[in-house]
Parts: sequence; C-alpha cells; structure tokens
Amino acid sequence: MKLTVALAQINTVLGNLQRNLEKHLSLIQEAHARGADLVVFPELSLTGYVLQDLTPAVACKPRADDPVFQPLLAASQKLDVVVSFVEEDVRNRFYISAAYLSRGQALHVHRKVYLPTYGLFDEGRFFAWGDTVQAFDTPYGRVGMLICEDFWHASPPYLLWLDGADVFLFMSASPGRGLSDRPELASARWVNHILRAYASLYTSFVVHTNRVGFEDGLNFWGSAAAFDPNGDLLGEGPAFEEALTLVELDLNQLHRTRSRLPLLRDERTALVQRELNRILSDRSRNSGR
Amino acid sequence: MNPAPDLSINTDLARRILTGFICSEITRMGFSRAVINLSGGIDSALSCFLTAEALGPENVLAIRLPYRTSSPESLEHAQMVIEATGVRSLTVEITPMVDPLIERFPEMDALRKGNIMARARMIVLYDQSAAFQGLAVGTGNKTEILLGYTTLYGDSACAINPLGDLYKTQVRQLARAVGVPAVIIEKPPSADLWVGQTDEGELGYTYAEVDRLLYLMVDERYTPEECIEAGFAPGFVRAVVERVRRNQFKRVLPPVAKLSHRTIGYDFLYLRDWGT
Repeated sequence: MKLTVALAQINTVLGNLQRNLEKHLSLIQEAHARGADLVVFPELSLTGYVLQDLTPAVACKPRADDPVFQPLLAASQKLDVVVSFVEEDVRNRFYISAAYLSRGQALHVHRKVYLPTYGLFDEGRFFAWGDTVQAFDTPYGRVGMLICEDFWHASPPYLLWLDGADVFLFMSASPGRGLSDRPELASARWVNHILRAYASLYTSFVVHTNRVGFEDGLNFWGSAAAFDPNGDLLGEGPAFEEALTLVELDLNQLHRTRSRLPLLRDERTALVQRELNRILSDRSRNSGR
Repeated sequence: MNPAPDLSINTDLARRILTGFICSEITRMGFSRAVINLSGGIDSALSCFLTAEALGPENVLAIRLPYRTSSPESLEHAQMVIEATGVRSLTVEITPMVDPLIERFPEMDALRKGNIMARARMIVLYDQSAAFQGLAVGTGNKTEILLGYTTLYGDSACAINPLGDLYKTQVRQLARAVGVPAVIIEKPPSADLWVGQTDEGELGYTYAEVDRLLYLMVDERYTPEECIEAGFAPGFVRAVVERVRRNQFKRVLPPVAKLSHRTIGYDFLYLRDWGT
C-alpha cells in the first residue's frame, strides 16, 4: 500500500484562528487536488507559536460543535488531516495538542508531553503537559504523533514504536538558531539528524512538518522532511518558505526493511521493563542514576 | 578549550534570514517602507544594504545627519552606500538643533555633547519615519549592545534591529558578502562624535579581541575563570564582565513598580507581533 502525505509548512497569523483556519482549508483542498491521502500541518498551526497571554483566547475543542473544528472535520471526509492547536479540557487546562482527523472523526488527540521551559522557551508557564503517548489506528495503518520537544526526548518515539506505530508524524514550530559557517542552522541540523536516526533505529517512516515565517525576532526554518524505514530521505520542503510538499510512502518498505533488519522482532521489551523498574525503584532519583 | 573561537558565519543564510525578518516585521505592522540613519559607518551601511534588498530601494529613505565637526569622509561614505543601493536619501544638518543646547552649558563634556547629537539624530529619524511612512531600522550590533556602547534613546532607538545578534566581527563578514564598499569596512570604526574619536580607542580594546571573549562568555556560557584559562588577560575579562553587567539597564524597558495583579513587563505578556 502507498500513502501520499502532503507536508504543509505554513506561516501563521499570531492569535488569529479564523485567518489560520482559512489557510488550512485552502491547503487541504490543494492537497486533495494533488492526490494526497493525508495532509500534516505543523505545531500550533491554527494559532501561531509564541502565544503567551493569548493562550486562553485561542483555545478549541476537537469536536464537531467547535466552530474551528466543524469545517476541518468536514474537510477530513476527503482526505485525512493532522492539525495542531491549543486544546482546553473540561477543567480549563490548556494543552498544545495535535488531532488526527479522518472521515469526519477525530481518531486521536495527542497532548504535548514535554513542554520546553528553558532558553527562549516558556511553554511550561502557559500550558499543562499531556500525560499519555499512544499509537492509534488509521486507514493507512498504525500511526503515532509527537510534537516538537516530545521527540527531542528518546523515550516517546520508543513508546510509540512498541505501541505499534509504523508511521511517526512529528510536528514542530522550531525557532531557527545556531548560525555558524555551516549552510544550515544548528537547530535544523540537529532535528534532521534525529529524524533520520529514529527512522533507522525503529525501521519506520518518520514524517516531520515545521513552521516558516517570523514571530518578532524568531525565525522558523521550514524544511519539512520524510524518511523511510532505511533512514533514507524521501522528500523535503524548502527552507524558510511556505510549501506543500507531497511525499509518497511505500508502506511495503516496512516488510522489506524489517526482513533485512529485524530490530523490532529482537527488541527485548521485558528486559527494558525489568531494568527500568529496577532503576526507577530508587525513589531518591526520579530521572534514574 | 579553544582560545580563538571561530565567529565566522554562513553569510548566505544570515542574509536570507535577516532580509526575511526585515520584510516580515515591517509589512505585518502595515508598512512597506523604512528609514535608516546612515552615518557612513559599517553598521548602518549593512543595515541599509539589507533593508534595500528586503523592501526594494525605492522604499528605503537613508538620512545623513552631519554635525559641524563630523568628518567629511563620513558624508562621502554614506553617499557611496546611497549610490550603491539606490535608496532615497535626505541630508539634515543637526548643528542648528544641537548648538543652542550645548552653548547653554559651557562646562559640557564630550560625552554629554555626543549624547545630545545621538538623540538629535533620533528626533530627525522618527520625524522622517512619520513623514515617509516608514519604520526605523536599527543599526546596533551585538558587541555594542552587550558593552552598552550606545546612547539610550539615541542611536539605539529603532522599530526593529536586524544586526543585534551579530558581533562586530560578523558584521564585517556579512558587509563584505553583501557588497558594502571596502573603504567603509576597512576604516577604524568611529561614532564620529568628536574629531579623532575611534571606538577601539575609547573602549580600550579591539573588536576582534572583545568579540572572541564575548562569544565565549555569552554564546558558549564560559565562566570568567574559564575565559582566563582559555588565554584572556584577567584584567580584560573582569573589565568586560563588569561593563556588560553595568549596562543591563540599556537592554531592558524601564521597570514598572508592581501594584496590581497584572503589570506591564511582568505578567502582561504578548509579542509585538500579537494578532499579525
């Protein structure tokens, strides 16, 4: 089976849901017209990234009675859609979330579990952290979603892998930083290293979308990319510019790569669990030794 | 540890990000034009080249603001930038604005006079910003911002600052790459506030030296002791650390005394780009 993914690397209007929604609907239409089965938007695609005190004012609920999600769910009748937004739960906590929409339903909502609150980042001040990492079934197989800092940590992709994900959908609003004499920023180089590493280590597909544009002095570097289970680059979007990049995933590659390299078959999950229990049973150290 | 960190940058990448920044941050505020004070020095020349590339030269007004003691060479160098970029230009002599105030206080030292000139130039810049309907593009680099080698509400005043994360050494590299005339890049940097003034003479060290130290301290998070171990003279390190600390006030908005539950600067938090 083949899955054509459209990587939507967009700029956003900071805090203007309506304008961002219109851009989503237009790109979903374009992705459909170009033959995509799935379109993936970047982190906080419906709101913009550095929201600070705008956070409560732009919160949504991924349900058909929500004025932002109603047209998105309707659009998902034609092709599957992944969007990212500020989610408000029933107790009025705010999350950075991503929703997988398919045939009028939200199949899964992932709430960002790692909120960077260091350096230029201040997410922990404004958002609650998600508390689950789960794969889920889609018409194209089992998928896992992570948002930016989630996949800077090694464990969430590992959990998704063990939970059955063969396609990883990663979304970022990654501020470009680390200018040197090299042709790409350090942040871009680092992310592309680990995307390739995850695809290789987990013999899975890794798809990444990233914002473009500016918010005050922050630039977002774009360069959406997809890697196959061999760790090879399947396609990538341009740096710094808006683009809708279509990439075809040949899902049969999973069979071929895992026949050659049975890393999943040989993974010693019981050993991992036993050793994790031992390491973490020492309550004086909550990050292990 | 590396006693001579490499500050070189990929100029294509820097140019792309900075022109994108200028274009985005001016147009999203509802403007399409910019104004720049062009001193004849390297920083404002680079800002002018980048802004002309970002907005088109017809949308940029470069202003030359000589005082009667300013070097004629500065005016000529500014003119070279105007001709090379094709931007619009205006020359406003600040002497008649500045001299009555200076004459009122005969004891005034060179520092006060220099600050008055820098602030007079700011007044003209912001007046032309309104007249030309363009935002003021800044020219301050990372070295001078860190050292506080700038006049508050004078040359530091601007709407956006494309050069503020580049050390002077990197400004030189980028200026060369975008085509700033060599004579401007190679002359000793000077605020040109009095005859014979040079930045490096006034600071007491060269930009090449202090940029390497600042890079280790700020970008690479070296402690002062680690900078000394890396080969910098202890007195130099201490003087620079103290200068950076003492000038923090120039890098922040004036603190508001907190009284309410929600106070500007503490817990009323929005980007400038709010809603755009």
